[in-house]
Amino acid sequence: MSKFPVDKIRNFCIIAHIDHGKSTLADRLLEMTGAIAKTEKNKQVLDKLQVERERGITVKAQTASLFYSHDGQDYLLNLIDTPGHVDFSYEVSRSLSACQGVLLIIDANQGIQAQTVANFYLAFEAQLAIIPVINKIDLKNANPERVESQIEKVFDIPREECIRISAKLGTNVEAVLQAVVERIPHPGGSVDDPFKALVFDSNFDHYRGVVANIAVIGGRVKKGDKIVSAHLSKTYEVNELGLLRPEEHATQKLYADGQVGYIIAGMKDVKEAQIGDTLYCLERPVQALPGFKPAKAMVFAGMYPMDQSEYPALRSAIERLTLNDSSVTVQRDSSLALGAGWRLGFLGLLHMEVFNQRLEQEYNASVIVTSPTVPYKAILSSAKLIKSRRGVQKSVVYIDEQRVMLKYLFPLNEIVVDFYDLLKSMSSGYASFDYENADYQAADLIKMDILLNGRPVEELTTIVHRERAYSMGKAMCERLKESIPRQMFEIAIQAAIGSKVIARETVKAFRKNVLAKCYGGDITRKMKLLKRQAEGKKKMRRIGNVDVPKDAFISVLKRKEK
Amino acid sequence: KFVSRMITHMFRKASCFSPGLRRFSGLKVTEHVPESPASPRLTEQASLYVHWPYCLRRCTYCNFNKYISKENNEDIMAKCLQRETETLLQLSQVSCITSVFFGGGTPSLAHPSTIAKILETVSKQVNLSDEAEVTLEVNPTPVGMSKLKDYHHVGVNRFSIGIQSLQDKDLKSLGRDHNSLDALQTLAEARKLCPGGVSVDIMFGRPNQTTDLWSRELSEMLRVCDDHVSLYQLTLERGTQLFKQVQSGQVTMPTEEITAEMYQCARTTLQQHGFQQYEVSNFAKNVKSRHNLSYWKGKQYIGVGPGAHGRFVPLGEGGVTREARTQTLEPDVWIHEVRQRGHGTRRRIQLGHLELLEEVLVMGMRMTKGVNHKHWELFSPELSLLEIFGGSLAVQELLQNGLLILDDRGLRCSWDGLALLDSMLPVLLVELDRIFSPKTGS
Repeated sequence: MSKFPVDKIRNFCIIAHIDHGKSTLADRLLEMTGAIAKTEKNKQVLDKLQVERERGITVKAQTASLFYSHDGQDYLLNLIDTPGHVDFSYEVSRSLSACQGVLLIIDANQGIQAQTVANFYLAFEAQLAIIPVINKIDLKNANPERVESQIEKVFDIPREECIRISAKLGTNVEAVLQAVVERIPHPGGSVDDPFKALVFDSNFDHYRGVVANIAVIGGRVKKGDKIVSAHLSKTYEVNELGLLRPEEHATQKLYADGQVGYIIAGMKDVKEAQIGDTLYCLERPVQALPGFKPAKAMVFAGMYPMDQSEYPALRSAIERLTLNDSSVTVQRDSSLALGAGWRLGFLGLLHMEVFNQRLEQEYNASVIVTSPTVPYKAILSSAKLIKSRRGVQKSVVYIDEQRVMLKYLFPLNEIVVDFYDLLKSMSSGYASFDYENADYQAADLIKMDILLNGRPVEELTTIVHRERAYSMGKAMCERLKESIPRQMFEIAIQAAIGSKVIARETVKAFRKNVLAKCYGGDITRKMKLLKRQAEGKKKMRRIGNVDVPKDAFISVLKRKEK
Repeated sequence: KFVSRMITHMFRKASCFSPGLRRFSGLKVTEHVPESPASPRLTEQASLYVHWPYCLRRCTYCNFNKYISKENNEDIMAKCLQRETETLLQLSQVSCITSVFFGGGTPSLAHPSTIAKILETVSKQVNLSDEAEVTLEVNPTPVGMSKLKDYHHVGVNRFSIGIQSLQDKDLKSLGRDHNSLDALQTLAEARKLCPGGVSVDIMFGRPNQTTDLWSRELSEMLRVCDDHVSLYQLTLERGTQLFKQVQSGQVTMPTEEITAEMYQCARTTLQQHGFQQYEVSNFAKNVKSRHNLSYWKGKQYIGVGPGAHGRFVPLGEGGVTREARTQTLEPDVWIHEVRQRGHGTRRRIQLGHLELLEEVLVMGMRMTKGVNHKHWELFSPELSLLEIFGGSLAVQELLQNGLLILDDRGLRCSWDGLALLDSMLPVLLVELDRIFSPKTGS
């Protein structure tokens, strides 16, 4: 089984815009090659994580080795499933470096979308063979001709190369397999070269340690070998290795013939199996593979436990979750209002939401998530700050008669919360969006205070752009008004910049607050209510003469619900 | 000390058995013996609440435990009420019932013989003195009115009449089944039968009511009222017809500012007419309602009937702690349970020391006299009001703002404070909890 000549091996990925049918096609391929039984339940087999299945998205790349017979010959096809979302482009490019070709899936109705383009460029830059696959031809509004024209125009790929399929129904999927064999080159690298492998993913298993998914680029490796990680220069001994079918199948050796599989070598932390890293044999060091970049966090959020007593539980939940996701950056942080917590960095909003959901589902943790903050570099100088424009148009490209691609330069702050949503709703969902980081720019930022009956509330002081100050201040005052309970005197809530008040709300005083009747000795309900209020009072913060519940801070600081 | 306690104990027991001796109960024997809630002083007596769950219709604002009876359940209900009374009296081991209150529903729908039978059941088992207050809630319809004489005859010596309003339009929209004339006639008849023993329920904060209208209506009412008035603010409760009407915009309730004004105005008006406010909602010329007072003074009470509430120590089964008890809500289910095992108690929760004190505090503060030191000592012999509340900053603030008073008499609200009682109670409860809660240290 492990002895496949290199020319009979194909390493490929499936890349596409979200929802164009990547995972469905992967399911079909797995079924057709017998890797999994053909049943109803094979919906997105590779989406192992519960949250992935719920949201219908792939977060972590998974891999399967498939056996396929074509023209009387046996082939080993290594399929690497990739995430399609804008947040995870780095994961995609990592997976690509393990492949020689890609299946680029495009929805027959939607045509080329933002991620189609983004992924295409990734594959193109990596000089991979690209097989365009037009999917969902079974749907009523499918227009494969038009999509083929688009592909010719935008990607310069002749329309004859397109394969039209329906992954859901299995139509013409056989042609895809054939194309993989025929059009994707076999991996280079010889068994006699020094061992060299690319790490394209890793998982943490409590009993066995770090399991790294690797693609063997050259040479071979077997159990017991001493290998080195190029990034950390640490040495390990190979405990176990094997193929993924998609479950693990242990073997004795892995060969250069582009084999893709997993390796367990006594690493304790997933950060030791850095994605994009190169592994080589201790006795025969090699040049590290190019293109290794540590994942860069783009969106930050504060995470705090509901109550400080839950801090240790949340800490261990975050630790365990980040064991398997090395692209999350973790930093301890503390807030005056919410106590000790963390500042976590994610690859994007979806990454953050998935992380949160996993925290709640898998670890039962209840977390307060504060608005993502983008990194600010403060300039301590008296020099005049350059006023920036919020969005600067960079270029316009017409894709076809119906669509246009626009490039803008935006401050990250502006897009990180709800830009995507607004764009979608304004364009009725047609617009798609991708971004990349373009460095720091100076901006006109000011400090805004929140006051209660004249006293500033430190925890709620924010840095905000001058143009947004009024709307932000007003929103904060409104939220506070809704969450601070009435008291025996009036409460003035104000947002101020320096000494200038820019927004104000008032909480009226009680003039009467006493239950009229207690018929028949039925006081249970009233007692419960009063005791709850008493408990609440204990947890309130006293600012001047105003009792402020913790919920008030939370409602002001947390992300707006969609 | 032990001997003197014994003598006092016997004295009390004796006085309970003989109505004649009871008149001497004016002789106060004061002791400073620390007592627990299971002490004889608190567990020898109780007041009795009997719930008659049926009504002919449901008023738009009502969310009480009441039912429109489909068939004539009078007999079965009466029998079961008797049975449960018997069982619970036995369970409580009280020797004396100090007051009886027939509430509901519409108790004035019950046959006077039912009332008679229940009272008989009581006096057969314990001492029900001639001077015990026996109140019946009356719905002032012509039918209700015609039965007053009989009720009085079987032992009712106090009537609580649900007049609510003298505005016929309002009565109609509230779903009441009587008009102002019916009400006035019923009131007059009641006053004839029980002079000085009639209480009137009045409701303010009704839809479309203004302070002015209210003030005038109240003055008019007070001219014909007897010696006791219960003043209630109309509150919106979920699930009522009125709630739905307000939600759909058909009906508008007066704003909070206005109802606050109405309340204060009523308090003043009542005072001007010679009514002394002794509790948040209760005003009397002479005699206060003994029954209600027993709630606010933390005394024991036994609740009989569907959904009734009780607070007593079940000495009969060896209990030593006061329990908060609720009877099953649904009449048919309740009937079944009573037949099966003698009573339909759905919930019983033992009240710990702290919980009992919380209730004593919350209820006691509703009285204008508040909680006096002696009364507090009955329940908290170890710690006085001053020790518990004197040191708190938050309480100090309330004292300084003139809302609360803590002096040699006890702890109570000021005139202004009473209207804001529910804002102050959490502050007081925090202090109580701080001292008595096992996990102190915040």
